Amino acid sequence: MDKFTVLTAIAAPLPEANIDTDKIIPARFLKTTKRSGLGVHAFDGMRYNPDGSEKPDFVLNREPYRKAGILITHDNLGCGSSREHAPWALLDFGIRCVIAPSFADIFFNNCFKNGILPIRLPREICDALMDDARLGANGRLTIDLERQVVVRPDGEEIAFEIDPLRKHLLLEGLDDIGQTMQHEEAISGFEAARGRAQPWRTRIVID
Amino acid sequence: MAARTLFDKIWDSHVVERLEDGTAILYIDRHLVHEVTSPQAFEGLRVSGRRLRRPDATIAVVDHNVPTSDRTLPIEEPESRNQIETLERNVREFGVPYFPLLSERQGIVHVVGPEQGISLPGMTIVCGDSHTSTHGAMGALAFGIGTSEVEHVMATQTLLQKPARNMKVVVEGALGAGVTAKDVMLAIIGTIGTAGGTGYVIEFAGSTIRGLDMAGRMTICNMSIEAGARAGLVAPDETTFDYVRGRPFAPRGEAFEQAVAYWKTLVADEGAQYDKIVELRAEDIPPVLTWGTSPETVIPVSGTVPDPAAESDEAKRAQLQRMLDYMGLEAGQRIAGVPVDVVFIGSCTNSRIEDLRSAAAIVAGRHVAPGVRAMVVPGSGIVKAQAEREGLDRVFLAAGFEWREAGCSMCLGMNPDRLTPGQRCASTSNRNFEGRQGPGGRTHLLSPAMAAAAAVTGHLTDVRELI
Repeated sequence: MDKFTVLTAIAAPLPEANIDTDKIIPARFLKTTKRSGLGVHAFDGMRYNPDGSEKPDFVLNREPYRKAGILITHDNLGCGSSREHAPWALLDFGIRCVIAPSFADIFFNNCFKNGILPIRLPREICDALMDDARLGANGRLTIDLERQVVVRPDGEEIAFEIDPLRKHLLLEGLDDIGQTMQHEEAISGFEAARGRAQPWRTRIVID
Repeated sequence: MAARTLFDKIWDSHVVERLEDGTAILYIDRHLVHEVTSPQAFEGLRVSGRRLRRPDATIAVVDHNVPTSDRTLPIEEPESRNQIETLERNVREFGVPYFPLLSERQGIVHVVGPEQGISLPGMTIVCGDSHTSTHGAMGALAFGIGTSEVEHVMATQTLLQKPARNMKVVVEGALGAGVTAKDVMLAIIGTIGTAGGTGYVIEFAGSTIRGLDMAGRMTICNMSIEAGARAGLVAPDETTFDYVRGRPFAPRGEAFEQAVAYWKTLVADEGAQYDKIVELRAEDIPPVLTWGTSPETVIPVSGTVPDPAAESDEAKRAQLQRMLDYMGLEAGQRIAGVPVDVVFIGSCTNSRIEDLRSAAAIVAGRHVAPGVRAMVVPGSGIVKAQAEREGLDRVFLAAGFEWREAGCSMCLGMNPDRLTPGQRCASTSNRNFEGRQGPGGRTHLLSPAMAAAAAVTGHLTDVRELI
């Protein structure tokens, strides 16, 4: 996983609420066995006509937003299906940071696991950042994770909150499985103690 | 110790270790695996040389991609076939118990888990699928995870989690004629909204919930995610214990009695505090359905489609208008009487034997309206066989329904069962998002009985007119 330290990028405004993960990546594209290559299908229904041609009005089809690294939306981004293909599609498109007033839980989690930083900011601030984003190449935002600030084009800094453990993992680009495996002794101990206390627990074995 | 909720009790009993910042290493009892969200996780294990820690706590099944037509024929879509074959290679390589496509025990993972006694009260249960919340009906903490977390569970049998907040939704009273668990849950989602449960685990309580059978409770918990909640829960009781008794992977004999003694402790303590409480009265809930492209767009079947002009927030007004346009509906239009093209009875929300009985009771002696394609997709091979023993297949077939093999089918448009652009579907599934059932498809979420009513009349119909 790539480290996330400081990102300066074009931000794409997408002022909609409840953008579900089916919208980010429809189910018919989930048949891959890889993580990469989904960017071309990101927002498929919003981005393409039924004949496959681009919808010229959709933000990610317009310059300079084809190179957007940040996406700003309204409430409840990523609701619905747990598919991690949604952040994979965003990442493959080039998005490393998503900003919204609120996120659905599973999508929020999935972003962190892929080096995408989700930032919660109040609706009026998201609207102000969308106004910045509408300046296109002149409206680049900078995300400084170490300092936990979004820097607007005029230099104003907006602070954001992030869980310290998640911040650490993002800054270092760490895989949390390795971290958890260091607690193997505690996990084995837990299993053994419970096996003694609750011997009725069953195992799944198919003959 | 302070009074604890049901969620608190299950949570506390699974914390392996608390890390400095309050994150817990949470032990996972059951990991359900399917073909769509697992290949990258197995690949991750392979690349890093890690083993699957507890195959005997893991079960795999194919459901999302599978055709629901003749299973003895090869799978036509090459990508679907590849995903299924990939799962089969992975379960062999990592020694994962597996119900293959031709097994009677194959079916939708959220139907199979409870049915086999794999999902039991008090457990933590995860799956790379948001509708894992279904298993909360057993009195288990069950939630959907992404593929990175699937890999984390495979490698460590744990997840890094922070505790959720507690919400209680209380429904009291007797349900009216034609009103089902699906109507109750849609009414709840209509009340709290699709983000109303974000950050919460919802415990469903009250006499109405207590009175539901396990299938009804599963329908309720299944759609907790549509209210934004990570999980739904119903405290286990005699209904639960009766359901579990004798299932293949449930404890037996003396062990079962010991388990029940423990499961009986899984109720909220007197005075347990909830961060939010929502109360509904059953008699206020009529048969309902959704009109738009969000599960919160719930209206009574006797109601009318809302008028965006009445919405003061500009962004919301635009969104309502977009929904109307997508759905091909007019502001103020009566929802009953809107013609349907397709009726889908199935999905992890409503494909259990009780759901099929409820639909068959409406269908019996009637016929599918001309021009309507109506299909029943049982949730598992076991459900299908049971329905056939009861003669339900003959009721559906005689009425002109398709009687299909078990799978996710038309719930999500990634197998051959899909809507075509503009088609309108009365569906017992869980999501009405744009394109969910196929690009351009229009979905109305409703109960199996209401779906059956739409099938025989050819339009959205108040099921009470047919009882």
